[in-house]
Amino acid sequence: MTDWLATILIVLPLAAALIVWLLPLNDRAAGSLALLAALAEVGVWINALTRFDFDQGLQFDQQETWFGDLGVSYHVGLFGFSLWLVGMTVVVMAAAIAYAFWTGRVAARAYFGLMLFLTGAIVGVFSAQDLLLFYVFFEAMLIPLYVLVGVWGGPGRLTATLKFVIYTMAGSLLMLAAIVAYGITEGTFDLVDGPTSSNEWFFLGFVAAFAVKAPLTPFHGWLPDAYRESSAEVSAVLSGVVSKAAAYGFLAIAIAKFPEPAHDLRPLILALAAVGLVYGSLVAFRAPDVRGVIAYSSLAQMSLITIGIFAMNDLGRSGAVLQMVNHGLLSAALFLVAGAIERRTATGDFARLGGMARGRPALATVLMALGVIALAVPGSTAFAGEFLILAGIFNTGWGWALVGASGIVLAALYTLRLISAVLHENVGAAVPDEALDLRPAELAVVVPLLGLLVALSVWPAAITEHLSF
Amino acid sequence: MPRPSVDWFALSPSLILLGVGAVCLLAAVLIPPGTRRPLSAGVAAAGFAGAGVAAGFLYAETPDATLEVAGTIVRDRYGALAQIIVAGAGLLAVGVSYGQRTRGSQMSEYYALLAAAGGGMAFLVQANDLMTLFLGLEWFSVCLYILCAIEIDVVSSLEAGLKYLIVGSFGSAVLLFGSALVYGSTGELQFGAIANAIQEQGLSDDGLMLAGLAMMLAGFSFKASAAPFHMWTPDVYEGAPTPVTAFMSAATKTVALVLMLRVLVTAFPGQEDLWTIAVAVIACISLAVGNLAAIVQRNLKRMLAYSSVSHAGFMLIAVAADNELGGRALLFYLIPYGAASLGAFGVVAARERELGQRVSLDNIAGMGWERPLLGVAMWVFMLAFAGLPLTGGFVGKFYVFAAAYDAGLWWLVMVGVIATAISLYYYLAVIRALYMRMPAELQLAPAGGSPPREAILQTTVAACVAVTVGTFFAVQPLIDVAEKAAAQLPF
Repeated sequence: MTDWLATILIVLPLAAALIVWLLPLNDRAAGSLALLAALAEVGVWINALTRFDFDQGLQFDQQETWFGDLGVSYHVGLFGFSLWLVGMTVVVMAAAIAYAFWTGRVAARAYFGLMLFLTGAIVGVFSAQDLLLFYVFFEAMLIPLYVLVGVWGGPGRLTATLKFVIYTMAGSLLMLAAIVAYGITEGTFDLVDGPTSSNEWFFLGFVAAFAVKAPLTPFHGWLPDAYRESSAEVSAVLSGVVSKAAAYGFLAIAIAKFPEPAHDLRPLILALAAVGLVYGSLVAFRAPDVRGVIAYSSLAQMSLITIGIFAMNDLGRSGAVLQMVNHGLLSAALFLVAGAIERRTATGDFARLGGMARGRPALATVLMALGVIALAVPGSTAFAGEFLILAGIFNTGWGWALVGASGIVLAALYTLRLISAVLHENVGAAVPDEALDLRPAELAVVVPLLGLLVALSVWPAAITEHLSF
Repeated sequence: MPRPSVDWFALSPSLILLGVGAVCLLAAVLIPPGTRRPLSAGVAAAGFAGAGVAAGFLYAETPDATLEVAGTIVRDRYGALAQIIVAGAGLLAVGVSYGQRTRGSQMSEYYALLAAAGGGMAFLVQANDLMTLFLGLEWFSVCLYILCAIEIDVVSSLEAGLKYLIVGSFGSAVLLFGSALVYGSTGELQFGAIANAIQEQGLSDDGLMLAGLAMMLAGFSFKASAAPFHMWTPDVYEGAPTPVTAFMSAATKTVALVLMLRVLVTAFPGQEDLWTIAVAVIACISLAVGNLAAIVQRNLKRMLAYSSVSHAGFMLIAVAADNELGGRALLFYLIPYGAASLGAFGVVAARERELGQRVSLDNIAGMGWERPLLGVAMWVFMLAFAGLPLTGGFVGKFYVFAAAYDAGLWWLVMVGVIATAISLYYYLAVIRALYMRMPAELQLAPAGGSPPREAILQTTVAACVAVTVGTFFAVQPLIDVAEKAAAQLPF
């Protein structure tokens, strides 16, 4: 029996996007409608979660022929681990849309339509079970992102979008070549039925796309600009959700379909990731502004997740998935708080920030709590994820685990620096006395994310014990 | 000499368009000036629609390819499908033309020439003989020479017409000379007979025949504006009236490439080692020249002209693949490409009429916010050109790459991939200009009330969007049609 749930998860936001674009709504109505659709999407996901059987493999499976002569089909479905990623996506997107609704955006219909379109595309990436369909969704993410950054971004947005698009498309097109080559060679593009391949070139084509998107060093040239020039909620989506599409690709395609090349080339990828982890952490420690810290910490965290994935064992994999969800929620929440700070001070420069804790208890508490989780204090969910990743990679080679552990130490450094530079020290030049604490609406966006992180800290096994690959 | 039997049904698409051209010419003298424009445009639109329907029936009623009219034309689904694409392009071109401020006295002649050019194209794609080939080619070329220069009081239009006439005649001459050499070598005119003669008389190393083949390839490349035979393209595309450019970019390219593939696989199957390499090289040069030159263009029509050179390169990849999948890929690619090309020039035409000057990246700044329909449409067309998903351009590119990989030309796939990455730069520059410029840079339409809203042009552009996006979703039915058409070529 065909189960439409995965399709509904993809189509619901896309349809809502069309409605928002086409109906002549005012800004407030467009925003409300978008938020409503995003929340409905969360509801659909909860329904999917309750109906999901974690002892089974692919579920909510649906397949329709797209072009039969080459064996391409519309094939969607969810595995246990992709279900969690979809959940993280819909929650973060709802938070981002709510944040944008509260702050207000010009040309609201275009804006919210694009955000909903993006939601559908990302969910599609995590549900596609056909390589070409996966590529379609992977590219479809780029189109709204290009406009979201390019129209509603900061002063340097044009350069930022150009870099972002050229980098990601260069990677993606290599993946397209690899997809064509794999599909024509094997006679099918299906991810479930398709055989594994031992061709290293095909594998490298996929790795190129994912290494740019994640990003891994040295393919991260687009990252600082894009994360700085986007509006806060778009940065949240970029670092929280979009980067996970790359990690998902490593896990579900690069390793699953090319086990031999993945094994042979593992040292190369682990080396890139290890360099990225240390380099990202160090730059995050030296970054002069709030977004810089979060952006480069994101680079470091994605490298750590990649290390977990390429441990190629169960420990590493479950750690990586848990950490993907953690980092998605965490980095989204951090970017939204960064946006809230920038709204009050019109800057993110540490030199002009400081002392914001005094008289602003909510901001201090939220940022502190996020920071504590980010630096992986034992007992936090980030600790659980990173511990599993390290345990997994330790079985592969203790040297890699050592690098990973050093990354965690560095995480403590840059996180504490972020907290102290914003909340403590002397009151910065850009911080007006009348700058308000987090408003209820902002709290309503950030606290649920924080709540989910706390819940996962209490019970990380909710994810790690409920995975099917 | 016995009279050959004539299959009028097979000729019906060409004849309908020719008849419509005659009606329009009569209208130019018999109808009062006030009603000439709507009447001629309506008749031309009906003619293209009728030709499309006739070609559709021809497609449906032709389960097997047959030679007609003493073997000078071939009746097959491959030609019929190309005729449908040409007819569709013509119909949309009429929609783009309608609001053009051509001098009223030439209005009927304009549509007459457009229909006649369409008739020549419909005739050309059925050619099975070097004579009909050249006849069809000149038939539509002469019409286009005049169409380019039809705005006789605009210097750039005259210049475009003259350039196209000179360079185009040179291209035709090269093709004709090549045909003559092939005939001289083999003693045959019909494509199939040429292939047999080459095989039976052991002419595969014959210098005369090979030189002829090379010159024919060059001649086709002229018409398809593939580099290094593209020199006329940017000037002519820029100078010609925009609706004419729109029609040329979609229809001329279609017939030139469709015919090129037909001639190569029908007449020169034994030389495929040679011509696949030659075509692959032309494809690479087109991709390189088209994309690199497009990057530096500010004038939108010139940019689109170079973009059309690069698309000729993509479609030549499908030709170079020399397999049935390649034929399918070529026919499929032409549909979204043609729609996007017509639509993009349609948007340019709309802006041109609004501003009364040439359209560049600078004076479309902010147009996306001013004109939501045209802006979103242009966006869709640029995505289609760049081969991004949710447009048929993506599927077309995918098929082209698949065909090339299937033929073992993996390096050509890589060239295509690199070219696509470069092309993003200038396609996205258009979107950037439409939506992302600072308000201070915006050059809004001149004051004086809201600009003319042309319902017909906007409908045409919307139709182009529908085709461009529709070809992404409805791949299966279209590819079935293309598959049956390509299957009738002797790969």
